[in-house]
Amino acid sequence: MRPARLGIEVWLGGLSVLMLLAVWQGIAMVLDSRFLPSPVVVAGHIVFLTQKAHLIPDFGVTLARAACGFAIAMVLGTAAGIALGRSRLVDRLFLNWVVVGMNLPAIVIAILCYIWLGLTDTALVLAVVLNKTPLVITQIRQGVLSFDPAYDEFAAAYRLSRRDRFWNIQVPQLVPYLLTAGRTGLSLVWKIVLVFEVIGSDSGVGFRVSLFFQFFDLKGILAYTTVFVCIVMALEHAFIGPLERRLLAWRADRG
Amino acid sequence: MARGPGIELGIDLLRFGTRVLFQDFRLQVAPGETLALIGPSGVGKSTLIRILAGVERGFDGQALIDGQPAALAPRPGLVFQDARLLPWATCAENLALVSPEASPATIAEAMAAVGLVGVEEDWPRQLSGGMQRRLGLARALLVNPQLLLLDEPFVSLDRAVVRELQALVVGLVARSRATAVLVSHDPGDAARLAHRVVLLAGRPVRIVADLALDGAPEQRSRDMVLALESRIETSMLEAVP
Repeated sequence: MRPARLGIEVWLGGLSVLMLLAVWQGIAMVLDSRFLPSPVVVAGHIVFLTQKAHLIPDFGVTLARAACGFAIAMVLGTAAGIALGRSRLVDRLFLNWVVVGMNLPAIVIAILCYIWLGLTDTALVLAVVLNKTPLVITQIRQGVLSFDPAYDEFAAAYRLSRRDRFWNIQVPQLVPYLLTAGRTGLSLVWKIVLVFEVIGSDSGVGFRVSLFFQFFDLKGILAYTTVFVCIVMALEHAFIGPLERRLLAWRADRG
Repeated sequence: MARGPGIELGIDLLRFGTRVLFQDFRLQVAPGETLALIGPSGVGKSTLIRILAGVERGFDGQALIDGQPAALAPRPGLVFQDARLLPWATCAENLALVSPEASPATIAEAMAAVGLVGVEEDWPRQLSGGMQRRLGLARALLVNPQLLLLDEPFVSLDRAVVRELQALVVGLVARSRATAVLVSHDPGDAARLAHRVVLLAGRPVRIVADLALDGAPEQRSRDMVLALESRIETSMLEAVP
């Protein structure tokens, strides 16, 4: 992307956030209710929770759980997705498993994992992995099935090695699907980690938000939500977006 | 420099589904010869190229390149009808992939030889159709092929670019003494590039004419090319009513 265009997009992004905060502030001032604290009040509360309470440890624990679950699910899902996409036999044998996995309610998987393994981090991460992996498998399998055989023909004619075929022909075709799986996966993992923390953990953002809920502490809930949104946005703009632009620079719509 | 390999192709049977494409089909190409396969679209010309490249193996019979099965023979230089560049690799990376030992200078030279200068780091989509074909040709030539396979390399390009690329191919093939097989539906391509023309038609495909063309391609005058083109067209009309 050209620097001038990138600059405009950054400004527009910043303006969008400011507009959202202005709308929130306006509604809070009009309602003047303890059920909708203004962004200024929430910002003050974030500072308080950071300095005097558990905001940083809570986010540290949740981020670690989400990162573990996400990484394991991506690795397993990618390997399995490639296997299903490349082998008709494997596809026939295991596609139904994937369909079942995708349609099992997340909460059921979490409860089963907690019953089987106790209220532990292992159970939580396993539940995240079991929820997320089928989705990755589906997306990667679709990517493999959409490989263009014309490139295989090129590789065969020029006698490219298996290594070259994998890294230079197959992986680049898979990258858009990996990015989609990563992006959708990350948003799903955040949500389910929080839900699982609510139902079976004594630490993390989900657990803390459930405590705020018991005390109807709207400031606390919105403070944690705001920090959460900021982290997701920072990840998107500092890591995922640039990575996507770099990896897909060859496409006309990204150049 | 050694001459390119000889080719012996014998297809007992090749079918797509229930459709028999080739049956008892035999074709020889002499070492260092440039053979043009001419025929209507869909007759099976590109399938022959894929067989000679060792890519298409689902047939009864054998394709021997200097006595070796095509799939085991040294890699050919293959120019595809659609350039078939990797869109996610830069122009230089597209060339480096088929010749990892080539230095950046060698790659730049290979690109310059087909008239591409200063586009090494561009994406293929940033090139025009003609430039993409040139890059495909540079890729094929970079492997120093003893067998050059050209699958409709000039189709849908403007006349000036075609003439330029034809002259380039003729010169390079003459210098390297490679064996070349050109697939085309245009008699003009054959008249400019080939020593010999085989006309294909029918289902199953059969050879309806086999013409030796006078003179070496690199020495043919414009008038000579026009006369040969006319001769090929006449043969086509006679062979395929």
